[in-house]
Amino acid sequence: MVEIAIKVENLTKKFGDVVAIKSLSFDAREGEIVGLLGGNGAGKTTTISMILGLLIPTSGTLEVLGTDMLRHRYRVLPRINFSSPYVDLPKRLTSRENLMVYAKLYGVASPQDRLSELAAGLAIDELLNRPFGELSSGQKTRVSLAKSLLNEPELLLLDEPTASLDPDTADWVRTYLKDFQKKRGATILLASHNMAEVERLCDHVVMMKRGRIVDRASPAVLLEKYGRATLEEVFLDIVRDRSIPGAQQVAH
Amino acid sequence: MQAIKPSHADRGYYFSPRRVGAMVLRYFYLLRGSLPRIIELSYWPTMQMLIWGFMSQFLYEHSEWFFRAGGILIAAVLLWDVMFRSNIGVSISFLEEMWSRNLGQLFASPLRPYEWACALLMISGIRTLIGVVPAALLAIPLYHYSIFEMGLPLIAFFMNLLIFGAAVGLAVSGLVLRCGLGAESLAWAVIFAVAPLSGIYYPISTLPDWLQPIAYSLPSAHVFEGMRAAARDGVFLFDRFVWSVSLNMGYLALGMAAFLWAFRVARHRGQLLQMGE
Repeated sequence: MVEIAIKVENLTKKFGDVVAIKSLSFDAREGEIVGLLGGNGAGKTTTISMILGLLIPTSGTLEVLGTDMLRHRYRVLPRINFSSPYVDLPKRLTSRENLMVYAKLYGVASPQDRLSELAAGLAIDELLNRPFGELSSGQKTRVSLAKSLLNEPELLLLDEPTASLDPDTADWVRTYLKDFQKKRGATILLASHNMAEVERLCDHVVMMKRGRIVDRASPAVLLEKYGRATLEEVFLDIVRDRSIPGAQQVAH
Repeated sequence: MQAIKPSHADRGYYFSPRRVGAMVLRYFYLLRGSLPRIIELSYWPTMQMLIWGFMSQFLYEHSEWFFRAGGILIAAVLLWDVMFRSNIGVSISFLEEMWSRNLGQLFASPLRPYEWACALLMISGIRTLIGVVPAALLAIPLYHYSIFEMGLPLIAFFMNLLIFGAAVGLAVSGLVLRCGLGAESLAWAVIFAVAPLSGIYYPISTLPDWLQPIAYSLPSAHVFEGMRAAARDGVFLFDRFVWSVSLNMGYLALGMAAFLWAFRVARHRGQLLQMGE
């Protein structure tokens, strides 16, 4: 039976008088790849932070892998992981040391074996003994991705996972993620500005604007609904408030 | 996928030595990877000890009080360094995570804040030993003074100052988490506010009458009074020991509460993903 991996209901986050997220509701089924799309300041990272428990919402409910994340986040945290450009790993530690520390934090049974497996899979063998701070941004992204896969998460939250990669490596990483998702049956929530990436990877897309959901559907349905050839055009229609005849937006 | 079974991990008191060990390992890697850092740890205590050791020798020849209490200044400076190093050990290790922009990664993992605090206390103890023991050993051939001759009372003094320094370090770390990296200089500064009231180099009776009760509200004041009694008269003042332990329990609880409160506030304000250089 397919279950709900993420269930967000009426989630609101205010910072003083500023409403960053307003009455957000969506869900992601187990084994799905869901894309969070939106311009800068749309609330994608804030949403991911709340799902991880790094940020406490002002109101609303949040269930992750069947557990109330606001009350029992420590039940869930060993089973999920994330990667984001807004965080880093300690720069003076080597990549191997960083990954070893996180493997132990996540309680990985055989850290060395898992590390070797990921190093081979993500082609970071040669980076393992170098200080993390000395890596290029693309190399850092790959090591951070390895960190996010250490515990073979059932739910993986990715914020701009290929932002600093060259097209070849980015394509290779997408293939790797897709394979991981198929093998593990994992759910992936992906925040990205790369429309081609979202179109290729995601089963469903949640379009956000100024902290609200403005539309959600599969990429194919969105293309048809907006009468556009690419998701990028749909995205531009939404962020620029272009009115599309026949397009029905989700009211909140 | 399997349904989640409620486990003891859900309850607030769940504690994992493995995760504490992982964080200690993280700071050990940091130390191991930098020889200058290791040298720096023992450099300042050694310099302090040298200055105060020569001063002590001078006073020893010109003061009757010091004649009866040889080495008292060296013991004072070494024990002050225990408190200072312990405080810095917690604060700097904490700041390392902020400088590295690693807080978001850490607290999206199963690590609990109180497990991290325990790791900070442990690594602070290790850093303090690395810093102070070489200086204490050097005092033996240089000044023919061994602080280790105090015996068991030395362990009591050491542990009390270690815990007090760490408690202050936790509270300061909480403050830096609350206020941001702009307040990072507090990590070095706050402990010096405690120094004049601790009676490190002089008896508490030297302080004005109205200030003495305030001084005695600090565990460090009891420790340094006890240290002087042990060095001068060879006695262990048990009442001072009980006072310092009792006060330390309170200060450690306060430090931990301040740290956890700041962490909670940071989760409300979204600071865990934002903070860093």
